[in-house]
Amino acid sequence: MSTQTSYDSGLDKFNRVGKGTNILFHLIFIVLALLCVVPIIVVLSISLSSEASIRETGYQLLPSAFSAEAYNYIVKQGSMIVRALGVSVFVTVVGTLIGVLLTTTMGYALSRPQFKLKGLLTWVVFIPMVFNGGLVSSYYINSTMLGLSNTIWALILPLAVSSFNVIICKTFFKTTIPDGLIESAEIDGAGQFRIFFTIVLPISLPVLATIGLFLCFSYWNDWFQSMLYIDDQALYSLQALLNSLMSNVDALAKNASTMGISYAELVATMPKESARMAVAIIIVLPVALAYPFFQKYFISGLTVGAVKG
Amino acid sequence: MGAKVTRKRVRTRWRKHDTELTLLALPTTIWYILFSFLPMFGVIIAFKDFKIHGNFLSNVINSDWIGFKNFEFLFSSNDVWIVIRNTIGYNMIFIILGIVVPVSLALMVGQLHSRKAAKVYQTMMFLPYFLSWVVVSAVLWAFLSYDKGIANQVLTHFSQDPKNWYMEPSYWPYFLVFMNMWKGLGYGMVVYLATITSMDSTYYEAAVIDGASKWQQTWYITLPLMKFVIVLMFILSVGGIFSTDFGLFFQVPRDSNSLYNVTTTVDVLVYKQLKTATVGMASASAFMQSVLGCGMILLANWIVRKVDPESALI
Repeated sequence: MSTQTSYDSGLDKFNRVGKGTNILFHLIFIVLALLCVVPIIVVLSISLSSEASIRETGYQLLPSAFSAEAYNYIVKQGSMIVRALGVSVFVTVVGTLIGVLLTTTMGYALSRPQFKLKGLLTWVVFIPMVFNGGLVSSYYINSTMLGLSNTIWALILPLAVSSFNVIICKTFFKTTIPDGLIESAEIDGAGQFRIFFTIVLPISLPVLATIGLFLCFSYWNDWFQSMLYIDDQALYSLQALLNSLMSNVDALAKNASTMGISYAELVATMPKESARMAVAIIIVLPVALAYPFFQKYFISGLTVGAVKG
Repeated sequence: MGAKVTRKRVRTRWRKHDTELTLLALPTTIWYILFSFLPMFGVIIAFKDFKIHGNFLSNVINSDWIGFKNFEFLFSSNDVWIVIRNTIGYNMIFIILGIVVPVSLALMVGQLHSRKAAKVYQTMMFLPYFLSWVVVSAVLWAFLSYDKGIANQVLTHFSQDPKNWYMEPSYWPYFLVFMNMWKGLGYGMVVYLATITSMDSTYYEAAVIDGASKWQQTWYITLPLMKFVIVLMFILSVGGIFSTDFGLFFQVPRDSNSLYNVTTTVDVLVYKQLKTATVGMASASAFMQSVLGCGMILLANWIVRKVDPESALI
């Protein structure tokens, strides 16, 4: 806000870069911004092209023959895509809830100055930031010991907590919740659970939003957990489905509800290329629509994270 | 004096709220034990002749100790040197470009006359940061696919032969660096822009009165004030020099075998060894990566502490 007003003050007007430089900078940024957005629009336009036009001319910047056949196909035939969408939504919602709960409870406990186990738990959170067991032993422990292979929990649990998020939470609670508030609640006889859930959480919405959004995006965008632990196609998320479509476009037909049509017929009639890009668009669309509104949370989240815990 | 003693006694006693806080922290602590600390002890399989059959725990206990044999196998293969070269080489390019480009762009975007336009550019450039590597790989495919891709359409339009991009290793270092920049630019800009906008405007007012040009202001005020953040980002990225973004090096080149020499980094190697069930070598590579990574983080932290103790992590 202050930058806004000071920018329009006389001094800043006087201290601007020259007109020519300004135009040059604008040109550079227009090119960069288009470079970031146009490829997504290309994917959108491929998903909206007719299969025949793709076969004839290849992928186009703008569709030469408009067609929603890919999306039609998905709605009519793509039981697998609907399922994958369900998996993605479930994993994102449940994962975010579990993640926020695990992160904030730990953050709160660590933020209480008189907590006896504070020192020990700080190390519990801190050591994994520096050293980890590596992919191989994590993989074997998660799949054989904890039995997560081919369960939905393989997509949720390993990503739920990150030490970075816990430290953001701890710093937030420590710096923005007045000690007096918690002490007076303690004097009134409230237990820590009650204090945490009815006093601390409701006034901590900014940090809940930040952590929640970080978790939301990482669950929605995750494909690695699926690649490691999921073989069962019924548990494919949208990302995993797109991943398998990228190597084999026919994968969709294998699982589609065939309704009397033969597999060969189904493969022949399905809009392969555009369906692949349509799945990409189904993944991108919610993110692209949501993130401009949440950008400011991310930025403030980054700044909170930069404050030393 | 007396008050101090009683306070000390209260502090050392376990109180009801300690129990409650422990219960609150318990689920997360269990999570840490299962998903962070158990794998740490699992690294001993790097020193064992580990065979997969059935129960993991009994496997770990019953397999024979073989000392550093796994590491010997790993380092006697030619692959490992290519992989180390790739990992460190790409990271060095990423570190340099990841500072120079976002810092310059952040300096430029702050100078634009129109705040609104600056906001719009920033929002557009932030978009790729929120896409998954699977989506990015699909986006690149739209351009580089052999028979339908836009790049080959352009080539044939200028009567050149179409190229099989996913088979030509010589282009991929550029593609990978470009895609990495493409995805991370918006984020990097925000980090540096946050520092620029939080600077005290009186420095600039004084400079203007002294007749400093825009260039001089940038060189003598903005950059020195940013120096600390830049150094910090540099050191932090040096701390991660042995790890790479698996998605960038595995998904984006679509795991093409012809590109092996220019796209395999430590993370890709570990994954491939894991999937081809050469568990011993995989765990040796993963262990090496964890230890070197830990060492680099501690070293980086030590340097940060020397430069500015306030910003040290530990």
